[in-house]
Amino acid sequence: MPAGGFEPPSIDEFYPEAVLFAGTPYEMNRIMLIRILVITLLVGLLWAWSNTFAKSYKNKQYVPSRFQLMGEISVGFVRKSIAHDQLGEKDGDRFLPLLTTIFFMVLGMNITGIIPSLNIAGTSTIGLPLVLALGAYVTFIYAGIKKHGVKFFKTALLPSGVPSVFLPLVFLIELLSTFILRPVTLALRLTMNMVAGHLLLVLCFSATQFFFFEGQGFLKVMGAGTFTFGFVFTLFEILVAFLQAYVFTLLTTVYIQLALADDH
Amino acid sequence: MHLVAAAAAATTTGSLGNVGYGLAAIGAGIGIGLVVSKTIESIARQPELASRLQVTMWIGIAFTEALALIALATPFIFGA
Repeated sequence: MPAGGFEPPSIDEFYPEAVLFAGTPYEMNRIMLIRILVITLLVGLLWAWSNTFAKSYKNKQYVPSRFQLMGEISVGFVRKSIAHDQLGEKDGDRFLPLLTTIFFMVLGMNITGIIPSLNIAGTSTIGLPLVLALGAYVTFIYAGIKKHGVKFFKTALLPSGVPSVFLPLVFLIELLSTFILRPVTLALRLTMNMVAGHLLLVLCFSATQFFFFEGQGFLKVMGAGTFTFGFVFTLFEILVAFLQAYVFTLLTTVYIQLALADDH
Repeated sequence: MHLVAAAAAATTTGSLGNVGYGLAAIGAGIGIGLVVSKTIESIARQPELASRLQVTMWIGIAFTEALALIALATPFIFGA
């Protein structure tokens, strides 16, 4: 930090300089490397879990090990309290691979925002949330078409029981909200939560640094305050990371459920 | 009146967007407050429905909160 003056964080936080392959189309910055790291860890973890499940099932080992229990609780959370609750057992298990992928991907990418020395969430630029949101978008349209055929679009855009005078208006609103705003809000909600959280943390800790090392007298005491705020916000960010993963998965499930529902 | 406005315009620095975001956050704040307060009320009346009401509450919060977060994103979309 340059001496003399406090620099508030700006949006440039999310455009760090390239680390690898600078100047080529495959340019990689810090966020990209964090994403690759998280993906590697996630693939390894889920692969190890599924291996453990298969092995204990084959050997008829009914008391799970500690590692296996962790996996059963995490995967079972998505399966039972998200998929089965909203979609029922049959459809829930059908869409479980996508839901599990979304949940663990969002959670893993979010949690890097508070891990020391990584310190930025993999979901804090729009690319990754957009891919996940497009996956959810394609899936709920697929689910609807598979179940109802072309009638899916009719029930989604022209709900029955609406007076025919209002149909054009309802058509426009439904088109906008179902087929445009759903994926956009899915992606934006996640990204903006992470952006806002990261900026808050940077603000708290850079203010702490400024108060402690450049402030005079009373300002040094203020530093303790901003440090406490930063610490509390770090805890809050853990909550937000879990909550956003839960909300993203839950909304995907709800969209699939609405697409599968019969017209009333 | 014009003089006051002109003086304020001359001395105030910073972006009007900050004020705009503050205004946008009011709506979402009230909305989330309503969602949560009604959920608490319902759970107090019928505690056995708590888990299902909480799921609905999170969905409601997610939709409401999206408005404030879209407001946060508009400067990047529509440019300054």
